[in-house]
Amino acid sequence: MTTEPLLRVENLKKHFPLRGGVLGKEIGQVKAVEGVSFTVQKGETLGIVGESGCGKSTTGRMLLRLIEPTEGDVYFEGKNVTDLSKTDLRKMRRDMQMVFQDPFASLNPRHTVEKILEEPLKVHGIGSPAERKKRVRELLEIVGLSSYHAKRYPHQFSGGQRQRIGIARALMTRPKLIIADEPVSALDVSIQSQVLNLMQDLQNEFGLTYIVIAHDLGVVRHISDRVGVMYLGKMVELTTSERLYDMPLHPYTQALLSAVPIPDPTFEKDSIVLQGDIPSPSNPPSGCTFHTRCPFKMDVCEQKVPLLQEQEEGHYVACHLYSKDGQAASQNIDKPEEVKI
Amino acid sequence: MSTKKPVLQVKGLRVSFFTDDGEVPAVDDIDFYVREGEVLGIVGESGCGKSVTSLSVMGLIPNPPGKIVAGEIKLNGEELTSASEKRMRQIRGNDVAMIFQEPMTSLNPLFTIGSQLMDATLIHKKGNKKQAKKRAIDMLKLVGLPRAEELMNEYPHQLSGGMRQRVMIAMAMVCDPKLLIADEPTTALDVTIQAQILKLMKRLNIELNTAIMLITHDLGVVAETCERVVVMYAGKVVENGDAVDIFKDPQHPYTRGLIQSVPDMRHKKQRLYSIPGNVPRPGSIKQGCRFAARCEFAFDRCLQEDPPLYKTAEGHSTRCFLFDNQEGKVNDNRATVTS
Repeated sequence: MTTEPLLRVENLKKHFPLRGGVLGKEIGQVKAVEGVSFTVQKGETLGIVGESGCGKSTTGRMLLRLIEPTEGDVYFEGKNVTDLSKTDLRKMRRDMQMVFQDPFASLNPRHTVEKILEEPLKVHGIGSPAERKKRVRELLEIVGLSSYHAKRYPHQFSGGQRQRIGIARALMTRPKLIIADEPVSALDVSIQSQVLNLMQDLQNEFGLTYIVIAHDLGVVRHISDRVGVMYLGKMVELTTSERLYDMPLHPYTQALLSAVPIPDPTFEKDSIVLQGDIPSPSNPPSGCTFHTRCPFKMDVCEQKVPLLQEQEEGHYVACHLYSKDGQAASQNIDKPEEVKI
Repeated sequence: MSTKKPVLQVKGLRVSFFTDDGEVPAVDDIDFYVREGEVLGIVGESGCGKSVTSLSVMGLIPNPPGKIVAGEIKLNGEELTSASEKRMRQIRGNDVAMIFQEPMTSLNPLFTIGSQLMDATLIHKKGNKKQAKKRAIDMLKLVGLPRAEELMNEYPHQLSGGMRQRVMIAMAMVCDPKLLIADEPTTALDVTIQAQILKLMKRLNIELNTAIMLITHDLGVVAETCERVVVMYAGKVVENGDAVDIFKDPQHPYTRGLIQSVPDMRHKKQRLYSIPGNVPRPGSIKQGCRFAARCEFAFDRCLQEDPPLYKTAEGHSTRCFLFDNQEGKVNDNRATVTS
């Protein structure tokens, strides 16, 4: 942990304006991401989980500046991505590529696979036409397709094969970091495991670093070294995947983990069913944004925003149950350690 | 358990879609039943025919191009495949109700929640307007929605996804159906909301003794809610049995592969098992076992003959030649491979 991380994100924010009225005046803001910080070491996989609207996809896109951050910094290999000019940013994107969720919408239906895969090389001016064609065929083989697939169109492939093409496209420029936004959620179970295995193989072979954004907690545990949990635009817990799944500290993480159905009918679990829905990010609750649904709510939770603090080594949590403000008030409240999952 | 009589009995059902390229069988000769007050899970991947099966029961297969070519569907002993549209309209929503995957699109955005909820009572002539309103409010309370009276005058867009799915369930339960068909009821929802909805469905199943036919691709959801499971692959039932048996002792190579493919949240596996190849397009396999091309145990016979369902234990059967007693040698082989 002493070396400079591959990616360092500091206090990243994104507020989308809400417009209304005849003149389209700004009448409010949707605070999609509200101060997220984390680091990613070279060669590791960071998983980001959360439910819809928690800001995980917006965070992923801001790292590449596909969405411009409102505030905050992203350092890639020590360089601040948010300060880069358009030309420099384009060069930087050679090293940071993205794999999208929907393998049907993210490939141009009018281009052959060859053209789709060649495009990133052309954009970045890499190689001669012959070299580019060779690389296309090489990568098709790497992701488990055949070189004769190069002349086909996206509609001729199944969902799993399309996702392989999406991964091949991301690999064309030999990137260091790949941000995968829900890479397997559109796929059938039997195909999902093929793609997850492929991603792991590629990581071992090319020393890739991944940020995997997903809502499926099983998938995230399987592929990640460390996992961050987001709720309403904030990172509420961040630690290694073993610790997070075995000893979750934040009440939201505990509830989230206990809500996942386990494919084993004889498995008995103590499920914590959360009441209510996720509040709207345009009007988030005061203090800790989770206090409206939290089973361990204290008075302090309504007033003060809990900070993401290191509770144990490498285990960060943003909850008053573990903060100084909360400790004082929590004398007579059951500690969540008693909740087993 | 086994003394309870079936609410729904499907025998030899075959549903085909007639396209420009000819007849495409989406569901091919399937048998299953749902007992009174039980939860049956139908699992399978996209294109396996699980949704077509549920639509056939409701008599909602779009015709043309779709058509029930053969088989019978008996609801409380009454044959549905030959029932008139008028009779089907009496049955739908009254004896059997359905909830769909997409709570956003299955409610009419132009009508209030109240009027949509009252419709069923009024159409099936179970009461006057006042009674219908009372019934609707009771149902909203039953499914755990707060401020039921106010909700009656609100529109679907004012509700969140989880609340809409609760309204859908309330609507389905208005006439107290014997059978509720739920087609991927929680797929569009977040996990914490999914947990609420599954708990609600389970509660209704126990309190009102409504049988539920739950169609899903999520093995976790099946394990958590269902008593019996039917596994479908490419339009066929490949395995059925009690949920515990299916998960503890899966027999069909497809079922086994499917269960092993799911990442387990409780402990990390180094590498996931994966079934090679892709799900075949409906109608693309004309001969032999439909899973043969992806099956690691496939032998010559699998490519030529279509296996029947073999009974392997009480209430457990599998469509696989590995369980044909005459294939004794292969059976031994299987035992060593699985260990």
